[in-house]
Amino acid sequence: MIGPFLLLHEKDTILVARATVAQGTKIDLEQGPVDLPQAIPLAHKIARHDILSGTKILKYGMPIGIATADIPAGAHVHVHNMRSAYTPTHMLQDADGVSSGVSK
Amino acid sequence: MTNSAPLSGYLRADGRKGIRNTILVAYLVECAHFVASKIVAGFDGEDVQLIGFPGCYPNEYAAQMMEKLCTHPNVGGVLFVSLGCESFDKVRVSDAVSASGRPVKTLVIQKAGGTAGTVDLGRTWVRDVMAEVMAVERVPMAMDELIIGTICGGSDGTSGISGNPAAGKAFDLLVAQGAACIFEETGELIGCEDIMAERAVTPELGQLLRESVHKAERYYATLGYGSFAAGNAAGGLSTIEEKSLGAYVKSGDSQISGILKPGDVPPTGGLYLMDVVPDGDVRFGFPNISDNAEIVEMIASGAHVTLFVTGRGSVVGSAISPVIKICANPDTYRALAGDMDVNAGAIIEGLKTIDDIGQEIHDLVVSVSNGAQSKSEALGHREFILTYKTFEPAGPACLPAAG
Repeated sequence: MIGPFLLLHEKDTILVARATVAQGTKIDLEQGPVDLPQAIPLAHKIARHDILSGTKILKYGMPIGIATADIPAGAHVHVHNMRSAYTPTHMLQDADGVSSGVSK
Repeated sequence: MTNSAPLSGYLRADGRKGIRNTILVAYLVECAHFVASKIVAGFDGEDVQLIGFPGCYPNEYAAQMMEKLCTHPNVGGVLFVSLGCESFDKVRVSDAVSASGRPVKTLVIQKAGGTAGTVDLGRTWVRDVMAEVMAVERVPMAMDELIIGTICGGSDGTSGISGNPAAGKAFDLLVAQGAACIFEETGELIGCEDIMAERAVTPELGQLLRESVHKAERYYATLGYGSFAAGNAAGGLSTIEEKSLGAYVKSGDSQISGILKPGDVPPTGGLYLMDVVPDGDVRFGFPNISDNAEIVEMIASGAHVTLFVTGRGSVVGSAISPVIKICANPDTYRALAGDMDVNAGAIIEGLKTIDDIGQEIHDLVVSVSNGAQSKSEALGHREFILTYKTFEPAGPACLPAAG
């Protein structure tokens, strides 16, 4: 466990939030401390260390997709910077996990 | 016979035992849906439930599913409601129910006085057979006579960490007691085929497990979407393979004894994969258009109870067999506690272990099998959906124990 984040498998390139974590929270990652650049909702992922575009992202020790951009350590890893190796991910306006997905 | 925890069941003529004793009212085309629902509405608080098939065109899968559902051990009697001109073979399905020793009746709206006349006749028939249905003998039932299904719906990033591993632990406990446990669905095992194949009881079955997932991959690729809803992304899941790896763990650690197609009853205890993706060319649209379609398919294969793991927060139950709701997400549990049977989110908060929750789920399966109502059941949820599909029969290598 790394603060409010879970490391599910030693090979993983991401960490999973155990609760919603506030923006600015200091997280001690292996390559040094980072201040979270944005709030991370419960069960969303951050980069455990710098991830290069085009490389596999590992969770449970298994590939869950491919980075579509360089992702710095501590950044949110999600549909905006990774893709499936199988079928495209369908999403709506609430994919960030923060907005409620209804019109104001 | 292994560990025989003291259950009691309703003994049916085929030797199977039910944990409920339900009278079904089944419409055979959407045009008869309203009339059937009016009949059911006359029995508030009694165990009379609505199921049906909406289509006017014939479909062998739907015909077989309807037969299996209407002869499920939880069912005590069946009233069919037909408009009269639809293609569903009502004689065949009625004969199958009659041969199973259950009271059965078919009302044809066009010949029974329309809406009002059919509702009156239907309610009278149900009332008249209720005493006969209730008189079915209750007998001791062992754990190895239980069939349990599991699905996940409204999954999020917590599902694979708490709820699904705990359901998998419960499955390990149930399989060890001789129960038959069914997991699905192949569209949500994409990326897991190789690790799953290693758990097969025979190498031939392992290869068929791989092929079933490859079939799902082709099917969904043609449709253009994975088995992935927008809410999965909002809940932190980024791709179908991430969702799949989380879903896979609800199968637990037991060896995999076989592959079932919807409606195939497990020949022995053990762990089974249900292949829910149709065979052949892509026809009739998505394999499972919503969670209840999968629940109904496992019930058709004899499931007495379904374990439903949710992260975002599904509230559904099911007709015929009760649903036990396992909430993986602690925030969702707090928001929807009235709908949830088990708070697996306590694992994420460090308050309980996966083993604790696995045991809690197992114990709940026993108490619900003995008549305690699950939350969705007590709230009155009786969702049901059956649509068009096409399957080839499973080959002998799918069920090594049956040979």
